[in-house]
Amino acid sequence: MNGEYRPYTFIAELTYQCPLRCPYCSNPLDYTHQRDEIDTDTWLRVFQEAEALGVVQLNLTGGEPLLRNDLERLIEGASKLELYTNLITSGIPLTFERLARFRALGLNSVQVSIQSTKPTESDRIAGAPSFHRKLDVMQWVRSLDIPLTMNVVLHRDNIGETAALIALAENVSADRLELANAQYLGWALRNRAALLPTREQLGRARAIAADARERLRGRMEVVFVTPDYYSAFPKSCMDGWGRRFIVVNPEGLALPCHLAQTLPGLHFDNVRQRSVEDIWHHSSGFNQFRGEGWLPDPCRTCDRRTKDFGGCRCQAFHVTGNAGATDPTCSLSPAHGRIESARSQASHVAGAPVLFEYRTGRGFARA
Amino acid sequence: MTTARPRLNRKVRLRLDRRTGRYMLLYPERGLELNETALEIARFCTGEWTVDDIVQHLARAFHDASLLEIKRDTRHFLDTLAERGLLQG
Repeated sequence: MNGEYRPYTFIAELTYQCPLRCPYCSNPLDYTHQRDEIDTDTWLRVFQEAEALGVVQLNLTGGEPLLRNDLERLIEGASKLELYTNLITSGIPLTFERLARFRALGLNSVQVSIQSTKPTESDRIAGAPSFHRKLDVMQWVRSLDIPLTMNVVLHRDNIGETAALIALAENVSADRLELANAQYLGWALRNRAALLPTREQLGRARAIAADARERLRGRMEVVFVTPDYYSAFPKSCMDGWGRRFIVVNPEGLALPCHLAQTLPGLHFDNVRQRSVEDIWHHSSGFNQFRGEGWLPDPCRTCDRRTKDFGGCRCQAFHVTGNAGATDPTCSLSPAHGRIESARSQASHVAGAPVLFEYRTGRGFARA
Repeated sequence: MTTARPRLNRKVRLRLDRRTGRYMLLYPERGLELNETALEIARFCTGEWTVDDIVQHLARAFHDASLLEIKRDTRHFLDTLAERGLLQG
Protein backbone atom coordinates (compact mmCIF):
# COMPACT_ATOMS: atom_id res chain seq x y z
CA MET A 1 0.00 0.00 0.00
CA ASN A 2 1.37 3.45 -0.86
CA GLY A 3 2.38 6.24 1.55
CA GLU A 4 -1.06 7.79 1.41
CA TYR A 5 -2.02 5.30 4.11
CA ARG A 6 0.43 5.59 6.95
CA PRO A 7 -0.58 5.67 10.60
CA TYR A 8 1.11 8.50 12.48
CA THR A 9 -1.03 8.44 15.60
CA PHE A 10 -2.01 5.44 17.69
CA ILE A 11 -4.91 5.89 20.09
CA ALA A 12 -4.79 3.29 22.84
CA GLU A 13 -8.11 3.12 24.68
CA LEU A 14 -6.75 1.25 27.69
CA THR A 15 -10.07 0.83 29.48
CA TYR A 16 -13.68 1.95 29.17
CA GLN A 17 -13.93 2.33 32.94
CA CYS A 18 -14.06 5.88 34.24
CA PRO A 19 -14.95 7.62 37.50
CA LEU A 20 -16.66 10.40 35.50
CA ARG A 21 -19.97 10.12 33.63
CA CYS A 22 -19.74 12.89 31.04
CA PRO A 23 -22.83 13.03 28.82
CA TYR A 24 -20.71 13.46 25.65
CA CYS A 25 -18.33 10.55 26.26
CA SER A 26 -16.75 9.21 23.05
CA ASN A 27 -16.96 5.60 24.23
CA PRO A 28 -19.72 3.48 22.66
CA LEU A 29 -23.16 3.42 24.30
CA ASP A 30 -22.81 -0.29 25.03
CA TYR A 31 -19.28 -0.03 26.44
CA THR A 32 -20.13 -2.27 29.37
CA HIS A 33 -20.65 -5.24 27.02
CA GLN A 34 -16.95 -5.49 26.33
CA ARG A 35 -14.98 -8.63 26.99
CA ASP A 36 -11.77 -8.65 29.01
CA GLU A 37 -9.27 -5.85 28.58
CA ILE A 38 -6.09 -6.83 26.77
CA ASP A 39 -3.05 -7.35 28.97
CA THR A 40 0.22 -5.48 29.38
CA ASP A 41 2.31 -7.69 27.11
CA THR A 42 -0.21 -7.46 24.30
CA TRP A 43 -0.22 -3.66 24.50
CA LEU A 44 3.59 -3.58 24.49
CA ARG A 45 3.74 -5.83 21.42
CA VAL A 46 1.10 -3.74 19.70
CA PHE A 47 3.03 -0.49 20.37
CA GLN A 48 6.10 -2.07 18.82
CA GLU A 49 4.20 -3.20 15.73
CA ALA A 50 2.59 0.20 15.38
CA GLU A 51 5.92 2.01 15.63
CA ALA A 52 7.41 -0.23 12.95
CA LEU A 53 4.47 0.70 10.71
CA GLY A 54 5.22 4.44 11.06
CA VAL A 55 3.40 5.56 14.22
CA VAL A 56 5.19 8.38 16.08
CA GLN A 57 2.46 9.70 18.39
CA LEU A 58 0.79 7.61 21.09
CA ASN A 59 -2.31 8.73 22.98
CA LEU A 60 -2.98 6.77 26.14
CA THR A 61 -6.65 7.27 26.81
CA GLY A 62 -9.85 5.51 27.87
CA GLY A 63 -12.18 5.69 29.73
CA GLU A 64 -9.71 6.73 32.36
CA PRO A 65 -6.23 5.32 31.64
CA LEU A 66 -5.12 5.94 35.24
CA LEU A 67 -7.30 2.99 36.26
CA ARG A 68 -4.79 0.65 34.58
CA ASN A 69 -2.23 -0.30 37.19
CA ASP A 70 0.25 -1.20 34.45
CA LEU A 71 0.33 2.34 33.08
CA GLU A 72 3.93 2.72 34.28
CA ARG A 73 5.05 -0.25 32.19
CA LEU A 74 3.15 0.97 29.14
CA ILE A 75 4.73 4.44 29.35
CA GLU A 76 8.16 2.89 29.80
CA GLY A 77 7.67 0.63 26.77
CA ALA A 78 6.40 3.48 24.61
CA SER A 79 9.31 5.67 25.64
CA LYS A 80 11.82 3.00 24.61
CA LEU A 81 10.22 3.05 21.16
CA GLU A 82 10.66 6.86 21.04
CA LEU A 83 6.91 7.30 20.70
CA TYR A 84 5.73 10.78 21.68
CA THR A 85 3.47 9.71 24.51
CA ASN A 86 0.46 11.76 25.57
CA LEU A 87 -1.64 10.87 28.60
CA ILE A 88 -5.27 11.91 28.07
CA THR A 89 -6.88 11.97 31.49
CA SER A 90 -9.44 13.37 33.88
CA GLY A 91 -6.66 13.38 36.50
CA ILE A 92 -8.60 11.00 38.74
CA PRO A 93 -7.37 8.93 40.55
CA LEU A 94 -3.78 10.19 40.68
CA THR A 95 -1.09 11.12 43.18
CA PHE A 96 1.80 13.52 42.68
CA GLU A 97 4.22 10.64 43.20
CA ARG A 98 2.68 8.51 40.47
CA LEU A 99 2.74 11.42 38.05
CA ALA A 100 6.43 12.00 38.88
CA ARG A 101 7.08 8.31 38.08
CA PHE A 102 5.35 8.71 34.71
CA ARG A 103 7.62 11.62 33.93
CA ALA A 104 10.74 9.73 34.95
CA LEU A 105 9.66 6.85 32.70
CA GLY A 106 9.42 9.15 29.69
CA LEU A 107 5.87 10.53 29.48
CA ASN A 108 5.95 13.48 27.06
CA SER A 109 2.74 15.36 27.75
CA VAL A 110 -0.46 15.35 29.78
CA GLN A 111 -3.91 16.46 28.71
CA VAL A 112 -6.39 17.18 31.49
CA SER A 113 -10.07 17.78 30.77
CA ILE A 114 -12.10 20.45 32.55
CA GLN A 115 -15.87 20.71 32.27
CA SER A 116 -16.40 24.30 33.41
CA THR A 117 -14.61 27.10 35.29
CA LYS A 118 -17.26 26.88 38.03
CA PRO A 119 -16.67 24.02 40.49
CA THR A 120 -20.29 22.98 40.99
CA GLU A 121 -21.05 23.23 37.30
CA SER A 122 -17.93 21.28 36.34
CA ASP A 123 -18.92 18.53 38.78
CA ARG A 124 -22.50 18.50 37.49
CA ILE A 125 -21.39 18.05 33.87
CA ALA A 126 -18.82 15.39 34.81
CA GLY A 127 -21.43 13.61 36.91
CA ALA A 128 -18.93 13.28 39.78
CA PRO A 129 -17.02 15.58 42.16
CA SER A 130 -13.78 16.26 40.33
CA PHE A 131 -13.11 19.96 39.69
CA HIS A 132 -10.78 20.75 42.58
CA ARG A 133 -8.70 17.65 42.03
CA LYS A 134 -8.35 18.49 38.34
CA LEU A 135 -6.92 21.89 39.26
CA ASP A 136 -4.46 20.19 41.63
CA VAL A 137 -3.41 17.78 38.92
CA MET A 138 -2.83 20.55 36.39
CA GLN A 139 -0.61 22.29 38.93
CA TRP A 140 1.31 19.07 39.56
CA VAL A 141 1.85 18.67 35.83
CA ARG A 142 3.28 22.17 35.64
CA SER A 143 5.41 21.81 38.74
CA LEU A 144 6.96 18.68 37.22
CA ASP A 145 7.54 20.71 34.05
CA ILE A 146 5.53 18.33 31.88
CA PRO A 147 3.91 19.97 28.83
CA LEU A 148 0.24 20.52 29.68
CA THR A 149 -2.83 20.62 27.47
CA MET A 150 -6.09 21.75 29.04
CA ASN A 151 -9.01 20.27 27.14
CA VAL A 152 -12.61 21.41 27.31
CA VAL A 153 -15.46 19.77 25.43
CA LEU A 154 -17.73 22.67 24.55
CA HIS A 155 -21.52 22.48 24.51
CA ARG A 156 -24.52 24.64 25.26
CA ASP A 157 -24.01 24.82 29.02
CA ASN A 158 -20.33 25.85 29.02
CA ILE A 159 -19.66 27.52 25.66
CA GLY A 160 -20.61 30.88 27.21
CA GLU A 161 -17.59 30.49 29.51
CA THR A 162 -15.07 30.56 26.69
CA ALA A 163 -13.31 33.72 27.94
CA ALA A 164 -13.14 32.37 31.50
CA LEU A 165 -11.86 29.01 30.24
CA ILE A 166 -9.05 30.77 28.37
CA ALA A 167 -8.21 32.74 31.53
CA LEU A 168 -8.09 29.51 33.54
CA ALA A 169 -5.75 27.90 30.99
CA GLU A 170 -3.47 30.95 31.23
CA ASN A 171 -3.68 30.83 34.99
CA VAL A 172 -2.46 27.21 35.12
CA SER A 173 0.17 28.03 32.44
CA ALA A 174 -1.11 25.43 30.00
CA ASP A 175 1.03 25.02 26.88
CA ARG A 176 -2.04 24.26 24.83
CA LEU A 177 -5.78 24.82 25.16
CA GLU A 178 -8.20 22.66 23.24
CA LEU A 179 -11.70 24.08 23.02
CA ALA A 180 -13.35 21.24 21.20
CA ASN A 181 -17.05 21.31 20.50
CA ALA A 182 -18.69 17.97 21.19
CA GLN A 183 -18.83 15.58 18.25
CA TYR A 184 -22.44 14.47 18.02
CA LEU A 185 -21.89 10.72 18.07
CA GLY A 186 -22.28 8.10 20.79
CA TRP A 187 -23.33 9.64 24.11
CA ALA A 188 -23.21 13.16 22.67
CA LEU A 189 -25.69 12.19 19.96
CA ARG A 190 -28.00 10.74 22.59
CA ASN A 191 -27.73 14.02 24.53
CA ARG A 192 -27.76 16.26 21.48
CA ALA A 193 -30.87 18.19 22.51
CA ALA A 194 -29.16 19.13 25.79
CA LEU A 195 -25.74 19.86 24.28
CA LEU A 196 -25.97 21.47 20.85
CA PRO A 197 -25.29 25.22 21.13
CA THR A 198 -27.04 27.86 19.05
CA ARG A 199 -25.36 29.53 16.10
CA GLU A 200 -25.12 32.77 18.12
CA GLN A 201 -23.41 31.06 21.05
CA LEU A 202 -20.96 29.43 18.70
CA GLY A 203 -20.19 32.67 16.86
CA ARG A 204 -19.38 34.52 20.08
CA ALA A 205 -17.15 31.72 21.39
CA ARG A 206 -15.29 31.39 18.11
CA ALA A 207 -14.55 35.13 18.01
CA ILE A 208 -13.24 35.09 21.59
CA ALA A 209 -11.03 32.08 20.84
CA ALA A 210 -9.69 33.71 17.65
CA ASP A 211 -8.68 36.83 19.61
CA ALA A 212 -6.96 34.69 22.24
CA ARG A 213 -5.14 32.67 19.59
CA GLU A 214 -3.57 35.89 18.24
CA ARG A 215 -2.83 37.36 21.65
CA LEU A 216 -1.20 34.16 22.95
CA ARG A 217 0.59 33.11 19.75
CA GLY A 218 3.95 31.57 20.55
CA ARG A 219 3.06 31.15 24.25
CA MET A 220 -0.07 29.03 24.39
CA GLU A 221 -1.59 27.24 21.43
CA VAL A 222 -5.34 27.83 21.33
CA VAL A 223 -7.26 25.26 19.30
CA PHE A 224 -10.95 25.80 18.62
CA VAL A 225 -12.80 22.88 17.04
CA THR A 226 -16.08 23.97 15.44
CA PRO A 227 -19.02 21.58 15.59
CA ASP A 228 -19.57 20.29 12.08
CA TYR A 229 -23.31 20.83 12.60
CA TYR A 230 -22.59 24.51 11.91
CA SER A 231 -20.13 24.09 9.04
CA ALA A 232 -21.09 24.21 5.38
CA PHE A 233 -18.87 21.19 4.72
CA PRO A 234 -17.90 18.19 6.84
CA LYS A 235 -14.60 17.63 8.60
CA SER A 236 -12.05 15.26 7.18
CA CYS A 237 -12.91 12.89 10.01
CA MET A 238 -9.71 11.24 11.39
CA ASP A 239 -7.96 12.82 8.35
CA GLY A 240 -9.75 10.22 6.27
CA TRP A 241 -10.73 6.64 7.00
CA GLY A 242 -7.69 4.45 7.68
CA ARG A 243 -5.23 7.09 6.48
CA ARG A 244 -3.47 8.48 9.58
CA PHE A 245 -4.95 6.97 12.76
CA ILE A 246 -5.36 3.61 14.42
CA VAL A 247 -7.56 3.21 17.47
CA VAL A 248 -7.30 0.04 19.53
CA ASN A 249 -10.12 -0.36 22.02
CA PRO A 250 -9.84 -2.00 25.46
CA GLU A 251 -10.68 -5.48 24.20
CA GLY A 252 -8.15 -5.24 21.36
CA LEU A 253 -10.30 -4.36 18.37
CA ALA A 254 -8.28 -2.28 15.87
CA LEU A 255 -10.39 0.51 14.38
CA PRO A 256 -10.09 3.55 12.09
CA CYS A 257 -11.97 5.66 14.69
CA HIS A 258 -13.46 5.44 18.20
CA LEU A 259 -16.88 4.26 17.05
CA ALA A 260 -16.23 2.37 13.80
CA GLN A 261 -17.41 -0.87 15.39
CA THR A 262 -20.91 0.59 15.67
CA LEU A 263 -21.26 0.51 11.86
CA PRO A 264 -23.21 -2.55 10.71
CA GLY A 265 -21.81 -4.98 8.16
CA LEU A 266 -18.16 -4.10 8.71
CA HIS A 267 -15.62 -6.54 10.01
CA PHE A 268 -12.81 -5.43 12.28
CA ASP A 269 -9.95 -7.51 13.61
CA ASN A 270 -8.47 -7.99 17.04
CA VAL A 271 -4.81 -7.41 17.84
CA ARG A 272 -4.91 -10.62 19.89
CA GLN A 273 -5.19 -12.57 16.64
CA ARG A 274 -3.47 -10.45 13.98
CA SER A 275 -0.51 -8.07 13.85
CA VAL A 276 -1.11 -4.33 13.57
CA GLU A 277 0.63 -4.32 10.18
CA ASP A 278 -1.56 -7.11 8.83
CA ILE A 279 -4.71 -5.38 10.09
CA TRP A 280 -3.70 -1.97 8.74
CA HIS A 281 -3.08 -3.31 5.24
CA HIS A 282 -5.55 -6.17 4.92
CA SER A 283 -8.45 -5.81 7.37
CA SER A 284 -11.65 -5.46 5.36
CA GLY A 285 -12.97 -2.88 7.82
CA PHE A 286 -9.94 -0.61 7.29
CA ASN A 287 -10.19 -0.98 3.50
CA GLN A 288 -13.96 -0.45 3.33
CA PHE A 289 -13.84 3.35 2.93
CA ARG A 290 -10.35 3.86 1.53
CA GLY A 291 -9.86 5.27 -1.95
CA GLU A 292 -12.66 6.78 -4.01
CA GLY A 293 -14.47 3.71 -5.33
CA TRP A 294 -17.01 3.73 -2.49
CA LEU A 295 -17.84 7.45 -2.69
CA PRO A 296 -21.56 8.25 -3.02
CA ASP A 297 -23.12 11.12 -4.91
CA PRO A 298 -22.62 14.06 -4.57
CA CYS A 299 -19.09 13.35 -3.22
CA ARG A 300 -18.05 11.31 -6.27
CA THR A 301 -17.66 14.38 -8.48
CA CYS A 302 -17.11 17.00 -5.78
CA ASP A 303 -13.83 18.95 -5.68
CA ARG A 304 -13.76 18.62 -1.91
CA ARG A 305 -13.54 14.82 -1.97
CA THR A 306 -9.73 14.95 -1.62
CA LYS A 307 -10.06 17.27 1.41
CA ASP A 308 -12.85 15.74 3.47
CA PHE A 309 -13.04 12.20 2.01
CA GLY A 310 -16.84 12.30 2.25
CA GLY A 311 -16.77 13.26 5.96
CA CYS A 312 -17.57 11.06 8.95
CA ARG A 313 -18.80 7.50 8.32
CA CYS A 314 -20.28 7.16 11.80
CA GLN A 315 -22.23 10.39 11.43
CA ALA A 316 -23.49 9.20 8.06
CA PHE A 317 -24.77 5.98 9.60
CA HIS A 318 -26.16 7.33 12.85
CA VAL A 319 -28.07 10.15 11.14
CA THR A 320 -29.05 8.63 7.76
CA GLY A 321 -28.88 4.89 8.48
CA ASN A 322 -26.33 4.39 5.69
CA ALA A 323 -22.61 4.33 6.55
CA GLY A 324 -21.72 4.83 2.88
CA ALA A 325 -23.73 8.05 2.49
CA THR A 326 -22.37 11.58 2.32
CA ASP A 327 -21.84 13.00 5.80
CA PRO A 328 -25.19 14.75 6.47
CA THR A 329 -23.47 17.79 7.97
CA CYS A 330 -22.46 18.64 4.40
CA SER A 331 -24.77 21.27 2.94
CA LEU A 332 -24.75 19.27 -0.33
CA SER A 333 -25.99 16.08 1.38
CA PRO A 334 -29.53 15.01 0.49
CA ALA A 335 -30.06 14.32 4.23
CA HIS A 336 -28.83 17.74 5.38
CA GLY A 337 -32.36 18.65 6.49
CA ARG A 338 -31.91 16.44 9.55
CA ILE A 339 -28.96 18.56 10.67
CA GLU A 340 -30.91 21.74 9.98
CA SER A 341 -33.75 20.53 12.15
CA ALA A 342 -31.37 19.71 15.02
CA ARG A 343 -30.00 23.26 14.75
CA SER A 344 -33.46 24.72 14.73
CA GLN A 345 -34.37 22.66 17.81
CA ALA A 346 -31.25 24.04 19.55
CA SER A 347 -32.37 27.61 18.94
CA HIS A 348 -35.87 26.81 20.27
CA VAL A 349 -34.73 25.27 23.52
CA ALA A 350 -31.93 27.81 24.10
CA GLY A 351 -32.07 28.88 27.72
CA ALA A 352 -34.38 26.05 28.79
CA PRO A 353 -32.68 23.35 30.84
CA VAL A 354 -32.58 19.89 29.26
CA LEU A 355 -31.45 17.04 31.48
CA PHE A 356 -28.42 14.98 30.58
CA GLU A 357 -28.54 11.28 30.27
CA TYR A 358 -25.29 10.45 32.00
CA ARG A 359 -23.02 7.74 30.80
CA THR A 360 -23.83 4.73 32.95
CA GLY A 361 -23.09 1.08 33.21
CA ARG A 362 -21.27 -1.48 35.21
CA GLY A 363 -17.95 -0.03 34.04
CA PHE A 364 -18.62 2.97 36.20
CA ALA A 365 -19.93 1.06 39.17
CA ARG A 366 -16.74 -1.00 39.33
CA ALA A 367 -14.42 2.01 39.14
CA MET B 1 17.47 39.09 16.51
CA THR B 2 20.78 37.74 15.23
CA THR B 3 22.25 37.71 18.73
CA ALA B 4 19.22 35.86 20.11
CA ARG B 5 19.90 32.30 21.24
CA PRO B 6 16.95 30.19 20.11
CA ARG B 7 16.11 27.12 22.10
CA LEU B 8 13.55 24.42 21.35
CA ASN B 9 10.60 24.35 23.73
CA ARG B 10 10.75 21.52 26.26
CA LYS B 11 7.67 19.90 24.71
CA VAL B 12 9.57 19.25 21.45
CA ARG B 13 11.31 15.95 20.69
CA LEU B 14 13.55 15.38 17.69
CA ARG B 15 13.49 11.89 16.23
CA LEU B 16 14.39 9.96 13.13
CA ASP B 17 11.47 8.90 10.98
CA ARG B 18 12.54 5.37 10.15
CA ARG B 19 10.06 5.19 7.28
CA THR B 20 11.52 8.14 5.37
CA GLY B 21 15.03 8.44 6.81
CA ARG B 22 14.26 12.07 7.66
CA TYR B 23 14.06 13.70 11.04
CA MET B 24 10.93 15.15 12.56
CA LEU B 25 10.03 17.41 15.45
CA LEU B 26 7.26 15.97 17.57
CA TYR B 27 5.06 17.86 20.01
CA PRO B 28 1.58 17.27 21.44
CA GLU B 29 -0.74 15.97 18.71
CA ARG B 30 1.54 17.21 15.91
CA GLY B 31 4.76 16.68 14.01
CA LEU B 32 6.93 18.67 11.65
CA GLU B 33 9.03 16.91 9.03
CA LEU B 34 12.46 18.49 8.60
CA ASN B 35 14.54 18.86 5.45
CA GLU B 36 18.32 18.83 5.69
CA THR B 37 18.68 22.55 6.37
CA ALA B 38 15.88 22.59 8.95
CA LEU B 39 17.45 19.66 10.77
CA GLU B 40 20.79 21.47 11.02
CA ILE B 41 19.05 24.58 12.37
CA ALA B 42 16.95 22.59 14.85
CA ARG B 43 20.05 20.83 16.18
CA PHE B 44 21.56 24.19 17.05
CA CYS B 45 18.47 25.49 18.86
CA THR B 46 19.84 24.59 22.29
CA GLY B 47 20.02 28.06 23.83
CA GLU B 48 23.83 28.10 23.50
CA TRP B 49 24.12 29.38 19.94
CA THR B 50 23.14 32.73 18.46
CA VAL B 51 21.34 33.04 15.14
CA ASP B 52 24.65 34.28 13.69
CA ASP B 53 26.41 31.15 14.94
CA ILE B 54 23.76 29.02 13.26
CA VAL B 55 24.11 30.88 9.97
CA GLN B 56 27.89 30.43 10.06
CA HIS B 57 27.53 26.75 10.78
CA LEU B 58 25.14 26.32 7.86
CA ALA B 59 27.48 28.24 5.56
CA ARG B 60 30.22 25.75 6.38
CA ALA B 61 27.90 22.74 6.02
CA PHE B 62 26.27 23.78 2.75
CA HIS B 63 28.96 25.22 0.45
CA ASP B 64 26.62 25.57 -2.52
CA ALA B 65 24.20 27.99 -0.89
CA SER B 66 24.78 31.74 -0.76
CA LEU B 67 24.94 33.47 2.61
CA LEU B 68 21.87 35.44 1.63
CA GLU B 69 19.88 32.25 1.02
CA ILE B 70 21.09 30.74 4.26
CA LYS B 71 20.11 33.80 6.27
CA ARG B 72 16.69 33.84 4.63
CA ASP B 73 16.10 30.11 5.21
CA THR B 74 17.23 30.34 8.83
CA ARG B 75 14.98 33.30 9.55
CA HIS B 76 12.06 31.61 7.83
CA PHE B 77 12.46 28.34 9.73
CA LEU B 78 12.93 30.05 13.11
CA ASP B 79 9.77 32.07 12.41
CA THR B 80 7.92 28.83 11.66
CA LEU B 81 9.10 27.36 14.96
CA ALA B 82 8.15 30.49 16.92
CA GLU B 83 4.76 30.68 15.24
CA ARG B 84 3.99 27.13 16.36
CA GLY B 85 5.20 27.82 19.88
CA LEU B 86 8.15 25.46 19.47
CA LEU B 87 10.80 27.86 20.79
CA GLN B 88 11.24 28.51 24.48
CA GLY B 89 9.58 31.88 25.13
